[in-house]
Amino acid sequence: MIVAEQKSIAEIKEIVAPYKKILLLGCGTCVKTCFAGGEDDVAVMASALRLAVKMEGRDIEIEELTVERQCEDEFIQESAEAIARNESVLSLACGAGVQALARRFKTTPVLPGVNTTFMGVLEKPGLFTEECAGCGDCKLALFGGVCPFTRCAKKLVNGPCGGSRKGKCEVNPDTDCAWHLIIERLTALGQMNNLKVYLPPKNWCASLSSGPRKLIREDHEI
Amino acid sequence: MKTDSISRLQSILSGGGFAVTAECGPPRGADPEVVRKKGQLLQGCADAVNVTDNQTAIVRMSSIAASVHLLGLGLEPVMQMVTRDRNRIALQSDMLGAYSLGIRNILCLSGDHQSFGSQPDALNVFDIDSMNLLRTVKDMRDDGSDMSGFALKEPPRMFIGAAANPFADPFEYRVIRLAKKIEAGADFIQTQCVYNMDRFKQWMKMAREEGLTEKVHILAGVTPLKSAGMARYMSQKVAGMDVPEHLIQRMSGVPKEKAADEGLKICLETIAELSQIDGVHGVHIMAIEWEEVVRDIVAAAGLLPRPQQDAIKE
Repeated sequence: MIVAEQKSIAEIKEIVAPYKKILLLGCGTCVKTCFAGGEDDVAVMASALRLAVKMEGRDIEIEELTVERQCEDEFIQESAEAIARNESVLSLACGAGVQALARRFKTTPVLPGVNTTFMGVLEKPGLFTEECAGCGDCKLALFGGVCPFTRCAKKLVNGPCGGSRKGKCEVNPDTDCAWHLIIERLTALGQMNNLKVYLPPKNWCASLSSGPRKLIREDHEI
Repeated sequence: MKTDSISRLQSILSGGGFAVTAECGPPRGADPEVVRKKGQLLQGCADAVNVTDNQTAIVRMSSIAASVHLLGLGLEPVMQMVTRDRNRIALQSDMLGAYSLGIRNILCLSGDHQSFGSQPDALNVFDIDSMNLLRTVKDMRDDGSDMSGFALKEPPRMFIGAAANPFADPFEYRVIRLAKKIEAGADFIQTQCVYNMDRFKQWMKMAREEGLTEKVHILAGVTPLKSAGMARYMSQKVAGMDVPEHLIQRMSGVPKEKAADEGLKICLETIAELSQIDGVHGVHIMAIEWEEVVRDIVAAAGLLPRPQQDAIKE
């Protein structure tokens, strides 16, 4: 899922300062799962924001709504009427959702209420971890299902650096060393030979390096 | 220096000699005198001097420029190059430039992560890793082409070094990684500081069993301890460092004013032991901000005089 984190009320207050009527729009998919932008999070944020603005002696009218997915036009349409009633939209979706709204509603300011952080998993309750960088050229088969591009702080592809300690990364001792995990996993799978092979420099063309990417599926075009 | 001249370090090592390299960290400023002063302390006692590349991710004079200042003193630099700050285009370009300036040795590293430095908010590059850099320098030298396959007019012919840390986790993988670095292009290896001799010997044994010591020159790293505090700090705080408890105890067991002497004694005992290990072809003395002690160490270790450039010319 895409993991996001709500911005602080202080920052949001600044962002919405020019507006008196806003739509606080949640998204019922990824950001709901990571407690940043689902229906419940919309309700909590709306109350907090109303209170914060009131304490400054200002008034703000906040309408609440959550759609299934802000990254798909079909669901975005459901918010059209509510958007028309308000001066701006504060979106609690990821950056893709914010931009999809901006594309659809050309004259309404769309503001981000969360910081989109990474593609990851819920490792345990309350802990989300980054697992995929969307590099466009997946080599997980070689690494026993642990991605060094994403999970090694130095993006090393030919083996670990010399700094890990007891399986933890030197950059952040709370984080598992990706290479420790890779070696553990490949040992268990009997595939350590994978690591003897020299991997040439990564071709970053498939990544953001070549500008925003597109996926064309002609079989689905109408 | 003529463009076809080869490195002194290479001559010594390929001639079967026991090499001595030292280290010079460039200053946090633009004064060449700082480099020259450090360089003068190392004249005549090191065959080559490593010039670090923004070590610990702190902005310093570039390793290329500082290397050139050392060349001016007749010292031979080992230019360190990290993949943290430059993409493949800049790395290759700097390699051409460095060679054109007379630099003949390179040490290929990934580099300390920027979070350890003074500007942790910087973006790191890591377009390629140290293994890829080794191969790139080798391809430039042996095939005469850059990474695109373009045939270079006057390709750089570097003597290629890599780092190895026999003390890092996971231990079983350390020799595989060494083999991979050799395969990628390393002619010589400089290791992390050796304090844990047992573990180093075990690593060397594994390297010998794999036939690696026949393919590469291993220079064992040493750093003289200055105080018990330093020993403890390195043991606990420095990533990838292994200082056994008995050495910390030994350093604490002497009065403070004698600690540095004790550290030098340990360093000399280490060098003596290292020089007896089959496959160890030299020592790399990293006396960080303590360059004046290098001459004493090399002299006391019986490694003076160093071979002169003229004497080793082919």
